[in-house]
Amino acid sequence: MRFTPNTEVDRRAMMKTIGIQDIDELFHDIPAEHRYPDLQLPPPLTEMEVAREMQEMAGDNAQLGVFASFLGAGAYHHFVPAVVDMVISRSEFYTAYTPYQPEISQGTLQAIFEYQSMVAALTGMEIANASQYDGATAVAEAAIMALNVLRMKRNKIVVSPSVNPMYRQVLRTYAQGMDLQIVGDDRQENDFHALLDLCDDNTAVVIVQNPDFWGQLHSGAEMQDLAEAVHAHGALLTVATDPIALALFHAPGEYGADIVTAEGQSLGNSLNFGGPYLGMFAFRAKLVRKSSGRLVGQTIDLDGKQGFVLTLSTREQHIRRAKATSNICSNQSLNALAAGVYMAALGKQGMRKVAELCWHKAHYAADRLQALEGYELLSDRPFFKEFVLRCPRPVAEINQYLLEEYGIIGGYDLSTDYDTLDNAMLLCVTEMNTREEIDDLVDALATFHQYINTEEVVS
Amino acid sequence: MADDFIYELSSPGRVGVALPDSDVPETPIPADTLRPELPLPELSEVDVVRHYVRLSTKNYGVDTGFYPLGSCTMKYNPKINEQTARLPGFTNIHPLQDPVTVQGAMQLLYEMQDMLAEISGLDAVTLQPSAGAQGEFTGVLIMRKAQIARGQGHRDKILIPDSAHGTNPASTAMSGLHVVEIASDADGNVDIEQLKAHLDDTVVGLMITNPSTLGLFDQNIVEVCRLVHEAGGLVYGDGANLNAIMGIVRPGDLGIDVMHFNLHKTFSTPHGGGGPGSGPVGVVAELAPFLPAPVVGLSAEGEYEWVWPAQSIGRVRSFHGNFGVIVRAYTYIRMHGAVGLRRVSEDAVLNANYMQARLLELGDYPVPHGDRYCMHEFVAQGKIAGAEGIHTLDIAKRLIDFDYHPPTIYFPLIVPEALMIEPTETESKETLDGFIAALTQIADEARSDPELLHTAPHHAPTRRLDEVRAARQPILAKTSA
Repeated sequence: MRFTPNTEVDRRAMMKTIGIQDIDELFHDIPAEHRYPDLQLPPPLTEMEVAREMQEMAGDNAQLGVFASFLGAGAYHHFVPAVVDMVISRSEFYTAYTPYQPEISQGTLQAIFEYQSMVAALTGMEIANASQYDGATAVAEAAIMALNVLRMKRNKIVVSPSVNPMYRQVLRTYAQGMDLQIVGDDRQENDFHALLDLCDDNTAVVIVQNPDFWGQLHSGAEMQDLAEAVHAHGALLTVATDPIALALFHAPGEYGADIVTAEGQSLGNSLNFGGPYLGMFAFRAKLVRKSSGRLVGQTIDLDGKQGFVLTLSTREQHIRRAKATSNICSNQSLNALAAGVYMAALGKQGMRKVAELCWHKAHYAADRLQALEGYELLSDRPFFKEFVLRCPRPVAEINQYLLEEYGIIGGYDLSTDYDTLDNAMLLCVTEMNTREEIDDLVDALATFHQYINTEEVVS
Repeated sequence: MADDFIYELSSPGRVGVALPDSDVPETPIPADTLRPELPLPELSEVDVVRHYVRLSTKNYGVDTGFYPLGSCTMKYNPKINEQTARLPGFTNIHPLQDPVTVQGAMQLLYEMQDMLAEISGLDAVTLQPSAGAQGEFTGVLIMRKAQIARGQGHRDKILIPDSAHGTNPASTAMSGLHVVEIASDADGNVDIEQLKAHLDDTVVGLMITNPSTLGLFDQNIVEVCRLVHEAGGLVYGDGANLNAIMGIVRPGDLGIDVMHFNLHKTFSTPHGGGGPGSGPVGVVAELAPFLPAPVVGLSAEGEYEWVWPAQSIGRVRSFHGNFGVIVRAYTYIRMHGAVGLRRVSEDAVLNANYMQARLLELGDYPVPHGDRYCMHEFVAQGKIAGAEGIHTLDIAKRLIDFDYHPPTIYFPLIVPEALMIEPTETESKETLDGFIAALTQIADEARSDPELLHTAPHHAPTRRLDEVRAARQPILAKTSA
């Protein structure tokens, strides 16, 4: 066998030491009638065979890069520099466990401490944890954290309809066993004023997204007004955000957010069909003892030399069990490492440049598309890299046309989540989209409009 | 600050990655939206590479050496997994693409659901949960919702043995249910009399880890499941220790209704320094309608499609789970087949029993349940006769000087001074013998030179770190020296 090195000679010697004749004797605690089921699995493959088969399976997918794509909606096609994969391929990093033995885990611990430091800097917050599962669970954990901060004395959560629908679904999944009210996102029109009208002295947290799910940007001043109003109710403000946008625009820490969450995939992690990603999670220092997830802290060793350890673990499940702040037991350590390498490699200038390219290309695309007959830009605010386009036909129909006729993967169909957003497509444009791709999309959508008009005339 | 802190390496004007200039006309960015400063470091590519390579050398992984960390299944991570997971047809696909454009990826997920169902003897599987703890939370939510659907919504308790991982009670509490802890009996099994005493019509179910965290297979498991079912409860099987029983017994055949799999333990995906993991959940047919949405189905026309189970508990995370991790685990299962997986579990159990037998022979480290054959791991104690001032922590730290990763220590909580040893099947007899030789020498040192242990490690990148100081005056971020 490939990954079990013991030979028959070894096995016999070991059995002799144990004092058994047959390995089956070790399994006598297992009811005999259920022992050794005949598993119906495909026959074993060698490395060469499995590589070939998986190559074929991978080849059955239409991959980005070969196909132009304008799909975002929570997972983004950004450039991943070679240095990221080089670092996370170091097997000292990827074959290690959680750093419970700090003396031989300083690599992971320092890298995560630096990740925490850079995330704190990017979000403008005092503390960031070692990461959560993804952007959606980070929002759910933020809500639970807010309830814990307020000692479970308040049980209302106000959430904006422009928070990513998946984040809101996960929030509701997490909350189903708790006695909570989640309000605010039932009407697509609910703006900040409407959300504030729903706040009362039972409200624990208000959750908004900026840039929001539709790509729209709220200015620092608007956000500050919101934060002050939320705080006046004694509630906390959670802001879900996009780490690439933070390279350019006001940071949530500047405008008064208490907890900041983000899907961190954009920072050096491939799309990977949805995972593994990482949830970025930052907050005010005074909330740390109610926070969930791993934290790495700086300390000294016996010789007074600086080093790093996992810390404040009395919040966590392995110590507090049923009273823990969360059941979470791992972070997305390797994904956080990738994000850290990405932030360090791009740095101040590179991150800004990525964000600027997204802005310019998204605006170029929006300008050209809204000039087309039959299409309308629905965003009435500044936007970052995504915007909503009202189309002449259902998005599913247009996307099928784009794929079949032009080999373009179109935008996200907003009617999936919003009754009022018929025929509305959420388009995402990043630094990965060339001008040629954008022009092709414009041509394709123009042609589609002509095509349906002809069809209507004929019928 | 450490001399190689990332912000200390920064120098204004450096950049590690060059990006192209805009190929479209630029649109002015409103000045009032811009942040005044962006305090990120500025490094060249070579600085970044050297920094992280240097850090990597201060880490210990499975590729560095033996890592007998009990309950964590630190087996070797086959390199082919890393290659298949990095195929561009897997890494460069967006989770929201039209299913017709990602049939290969969906086929892989569909087959993975099937293979895990077969291995566990359960009927349906979700691949969505991100890690074991999230799998547990998913399972408890499913049990809760199933009881509501049975008209048993008043049930609000989950029974959990005292040997369980902390995530069991924590996941239960997050689901709004109450934890009732039940003791283990003298043999390390669930205490049947205690169980009976707690089984009433307020019980949602029992969470059981079998083999338990003591490394023992519960001899009463069929009876335990029967009693819980008779009382109207459901049985959750924590799959953390599945590595002992693949192809040996299927949890579903024993009466388990719902369980999670740790792909990062049993199915060889790397632990990544603390994640990403992946925690799929399998259930019996009655519970399939409650699985998180969506799962992968196969249409009558032979196309893979997303299916929303009728009474789903909802989504537990974005998208479809940790796909990149699932690709690795899929590769592993396909390389092993049924025969290979059984061999994995046989050798995992053989290796653990060999180490237990060697330690019993040595006599310096008590093994509380050494009278029974263990499964893939066992629990010894760091209580060396004639060295009363020495604790498990000292032994663990001294093992580092012998270039081993220490076992899990102080868990399970019910064994004082626990040293929980899980060798896994990927280690050879020579490696196990080497580790026992180190433990032998350490026992001698404990008696002859205890200070050597108290001050260990002596040959690690750092010496013992002050964890109390880290917690009292937390320093959790720094952007300057």
